[in-house]
Amino acid sequence: MSTQVFEYARGGSGRLADGTWSGSSAPLDADDPLHGEVMQLNMGPQHPATHGVLRLALELDGESMRKVEPDVGYLHRGKEKTCESLGWAKFFPHTDRLDYVQPLLNNCAYALALEKLAGLAVPERGQVIRVLLMELSRIAAHLIYLGTTAIDLGAVSIFFSTFKERENIYTILDAYTGHRMNNTYVRIGGVFADVDEGVEGLVRAFLARLPAEIDGWERMLTGNRIWYDRNRNVGILTREQALAWSLTGPNLRGTGVAHDLRKAEPYSGYEQYDFEVPVGTVGDCYDRYLVRVEEMRQSARIAGQALERLRTTRGAEFLAEDRRYVLPPKDKVHTSMEELIFQFKIVTDLRLPAGEAYHAVESSKGELGFYVVSDGTSAPVRCHIRAPGLMNVQAIPLLAEGRLLSDMVALIGSLDFVMGEVDR
Amino acid sequence: MAGTSEPNATVARVDVALQGIEHAWLATRDGLATLSVAVAQLGAALAALKGAGFESATLVTAVDRLPRAPRFELVHQLHSLAHGARVRVKCTLAEGQEAPTCTHLWPGAAFMERECFDLFGIVFAGHAGLKRLLMPEGYEHHPLRKDFPHHGIEPDRLYREWDQQRRADWHPEGAR
Repeated sequence: MSTQVFEYARGGSGRLADGTWSGSSAPLDADDPLHGEVMQLNMGPQHPATHGVLRLALELDGESMRKVEPDVGYLHRGKEKTCESLGWAKFFPHTDRLDYVQPLLNNCAYALALEKLAGLAVPERGQVIRVLLMELSRIAAHLIYLGTTAIDLGAVSIFFSTFKERENIYTILDAYTGHRMNNTYVRIGGVFADVDEGVEGLVRAFLARLPAEIDGWERMLTGNRIWYDRNRNVGILTREQALAWSLTGPNLRGTGVAHDLRKAEPYSGYEQYDFEVPVGTVGDCYDRYLVRVEEMRQSARIAGQALERLRTTRGAEFLAEDRRYVLPPKDKVHTSMEELIFQFKIVTDLRLPAGEAYHAVESSKGELGFYVVSDGTSAPVRCHIRAPGLMNVQAIPLLAEGRLLSDMVALIGSLDFVMGEVDR
Repeated sequence: MAGTSEPNATVARVDVALQGIEHAWLATRDGLATLSVAVAQLGAALAALKGAGFESATLVTAVDRLPRAPRFELVHQLHSLAHGARVRVKCTLAEGQEAPTCTHLWPGAAFMERECFDLFGIVFAGHAGLKRLLMPEGYEHHPLRKDFPHHGIEPDRLYREWDQQRRADWHPEGAR
């Protein structure tokens, strides 16, 4: 192994034009036994800082990473193949288990793709309920990001605080949907059941408290010298890089691109809500942190507006009335022969029109899309899940190579992915 | 940021970009501008679309239409944020037929093409490091093909081989 001289330049950007590296640690001294030696290191798949079963094959020179290769697939459960054998309707519980910190967002993305294929419109109340639950899920997912990234970088107490608030969200989701996690609450054409309006007080109390809680976390982190040094100028993405590497969501917005599918391609009535799209300026880990924190505030704003709409649409239909695709209400199933037959047909033999459709929602990780292809029979031809997390994992080498090993922990946290969705 | 532009505007923009490349527009349920090209012209078409401002590859995937021949449909979906436009490019592939890579245009497509190779067995010519993404190294099948059964083919073969090797390594004299 030939020796190579490394410049001490923290905050450098990795590979230089002449093929050498910057951003490295000081080289090991010439009398160090490891001088000039490249060490192979496996980070994961059981490393707590890799946020799931991600394996990173690292080539280390001293403490700087020369080569990074993400190895995914440890959690591959064949979701897309499963959809082909289960059929459209019975795949909903499996979407929960993709990005398992935001099951309702996955449910909605899948339902919207199927509704696009079927040409089905969701009643307003159904859309409002979906928006409310999607925004609460987004806050819950960002709380996981904030808590776990902070604990990885040494700020342990933030973790308890964010998980306490996440617990409050799960209490609300439990009261609304009947489950804390893996809700399977969304159906083709709307949602499974109307929400319990008695929960509104719980949500209002949470939304009233959240901004102050976020301020508290920001006081602990945003101006914190350690947090700033560990995140600022680490993992800088340019706008062009983010686009070419198919990055979306907060990772793209951190580079200054105000692209949010809720604004650019509104679905579920998002055009009627008043909210801002926060963007970063530098595109580093710190910007991505700021973007996500501000997104939580904006999500709380949207959720507050959705509560108002929930009040004005009280008693209205929450499920489309189209017995080709939409399940009949449960009380009618128990009392009417026809509805029982419809229920049976839809559960066992749901047929969507032949053709293909793609629908993407703005999930907490980026553009979560479902590409569904049907041939008119009850067996799906293809259900491709466009997972934003996979693209976030792919970008790790781009940002990590040439940097210190300790930056990897900040990078993994700030790129934000959940392996259930990456591996599908 | 501009909203979604009209499908017709996207079609007109793509038609200009793809001058000299034979392509046909397809009707889809979702109204997303979708065109088909021959696989021989796929590389040129994708390069022209990149030049026309489609700066991001949203997905690269395939559909197995087994009783049909050629069996595979290769799907590239591209996104232009500046124009708020999406376009889907489809081409058909027979089994064993190679497709050109688009990783030199969009590096983000590298994992998507690896996934496509892994699950469908489609080879992308020119892809540096085309290997399995989700299934383990040494696995011999392509699970998303329609002739692959859902319950799997020898799902535990790799584990059994590993286990036998491990036992042989630990107990060379065959004590257990």
